[in-house]
Amino acid sequence: MDKSEILELKKTACNVRLWTVEGVFNAKSGHPGGSLSAADIMTYLYFKEMKVDPKDSKNPDRDRFVLSKGHCCPALYAVLALKGFFPTDEIKVLRHIGAMLQGHPDMKNTPGIDMSSGSLGQGISAACGMALAGKLSGKDYRVFAMLGDGECEEGQVWEAAMFASHNKLDNLTVFVDFNGLQIDGTVADVAGLSELDKKFASFGFEVITIDGHDFEQIADAVNKAKEIKDKPTVIIANTVKGKGVSFMENQVGWHGKAPNAEQYQIAMDELREQLKALEA
Amino acid sequence: MAESKKIATRESFGMALCELAEKHDDIVVLDADLAAATKTEIFKKAYPDRFFDCGIAEGNMIGVAAGLAAAGKVPFAASFAMFATGRAYEQVRNSVGYPHLNVKIAGSHAGISVGEDGATHQCCEDLALMRTIPGMVILNPADHYEMMAATKAAYEYNGPVYIRLGRLAIDSFNDPDNYSFEIGKGITLEEGNDVTVIATGLVVYEALKAVRALKEKGINARLINMHTIKPIDKDIIIKAAKETGKIITVEEHNIIGGLGEAVAAVTAENCPVPVYRIGVEDVFGHSGPAVGLLSEFGLDAAGLEKKIAELMNK
Repeated sequence: MDKSEILELKKTACNVRLWTVEGVFNAKSGHPGGSLSAADIMTYLYFKEMKVDPKDSKNPDRDRFVLSKGHCCPALYAVLALKGFFPTDEIKVLRHIGAMLQGHPDMKNTPGIDMSSGSLGQGISAACGMALAGKLSGKDYRVFAMLGDGECEEGQVWEAAMFASHNKLDNLTVFVDFNGLQIDGTVADVAGLSELDKKFASFGFEVITIDGHDFEQIADAVNKAKEIKDKPTVIIANTVKGKGVSFMENQVGWHGKAPNAEQYQIAMDELREQLKALEA
Repeated sequence: MAESKKIATRESFGMALCELAEKHDDIVVLDADLAAATKTEIFKKAYPDRFFDCGIAEGNMIGVAAGLAAAGKVPFAASFAMFATGRAYEQVRNSVGYPHLNVKIAGSHAGISVGEDGATHQCCEDLALMRTIPGMVILNPADHYEMMAATKAAYEYNGPVYIRLGRLAIDSFNDPDNYSFEIGKGITLEEGNDVTVIATGLVVYEALKAVRALKEKGINARLINMHTIKPIDKDIIIKAAKETGKIITVEEHNIIGGLGEAVAAVTAENCPVPVYRIGVEDVFGHSGPAVGLLSEFGLDAAGLEKKIAELMNK
């Protein structure tokens, strides 16, 4: 990736964050913290990596993305809208009665959503199924899944990890959005989820640890995963919860709360400033 | 009536999977370390490349099935009914039911006829659990021929299906030459106008023997084999309610949440008549030989004959 490409990705990610805040504000509810921490990775996947076509969203040969931490869909919706899967206007009515965009991803009604998710621990299993189907059909599509760090407390994550490794699903790349916070506090305090890299390694994964806000590191990790044969890869991405909005960064309280009008204005101003700086 | 050798519906299920797989490349079978018991091992031997043992991890198995279906495969995921619908209930609801994915879930060793393993494995709640999931089709075949046909119908239907399999070998009473299966259409096995007995699954044949014995004693009961619990055949129930004025349901399941309540809901809203539910009366089972347990719980032919006769006087 050259510098101009990275700059474009940064601008897109900034727009993704603007629409994320817009969506959560208008919904008067939702999960801004984890959406903002995962925004750069999802931006990279959809704008640089994945073979997807907004005009042919069900193409059987497409790459797939499963947002296992489904509550962070405001960022995914923003990515999909900016990619052209549906109009950005939909984001303004996120979570409203009759809206297409549900509080958690709904594959039946939302173009570009590859799997309904939201109940933590389940998305990674579905991603395993998609990867297995690709192997069985001789297709070369890749499957990406994104877990939350707190989500790794779910036993099903490890059932799925065992399955992925046992079945040599090297077409599966799992991200862990490691922002260190969950609803009840820090991940370290709530459940002591220590040495996640060693846990995944012992389950048979290739483990790569990166800064989840550095596009070069994201790119290198995703490309390295493609070279790994006979085992799945996990990319543990160290991130900042609430990234991009100063008062939300590293604050537990912004896990699942919408900004009020004043906070919304500050957040949007900050993000517009960041975009302006990138465009200068 | 064709009397043939006894065969458990789980065995028929395994055979049906093989027949289907011969014609359809998209079938994939998953199990959770119970292939020898659910009889998916029959498929495993014939099609090892399309069989995946997920280990003792039912929640993940259902999620993997959902992902396979989302990518165009037709997965059949099997375990004991207790674990497929109980342990993995929320995965079935959220990863299969909500996105209405084309996943077929097979719950074997359902009901008290599991036998010696006892209460922890005797699932009498699976029909209730699956009934509450919007869009879930529930099939409970009564013998070998019906299981073969139901498995095929489940494959041909595009959407989530739960199929209940039994452990106990039972008589194949249906006549394969004159049998047809349609999802949602009950089958009248005996005509009669004094009362209607509606039975499902493994106890249908017991009910058939009971109804025939009662005919000798002057009780002319109609018998319906309700192989589909959801969507329930409303027409056949309403007709029976109007023509016989009384309904008795028979199921190897808790009387709460199963066939009996599904039937009673139809009559209550359309043609109120007394509905009596024969089944497991909100208790847990216990260890013992399957046939002995069916007798103890009043679900064998003799017990049903006695109970139906009693209910005729109510």
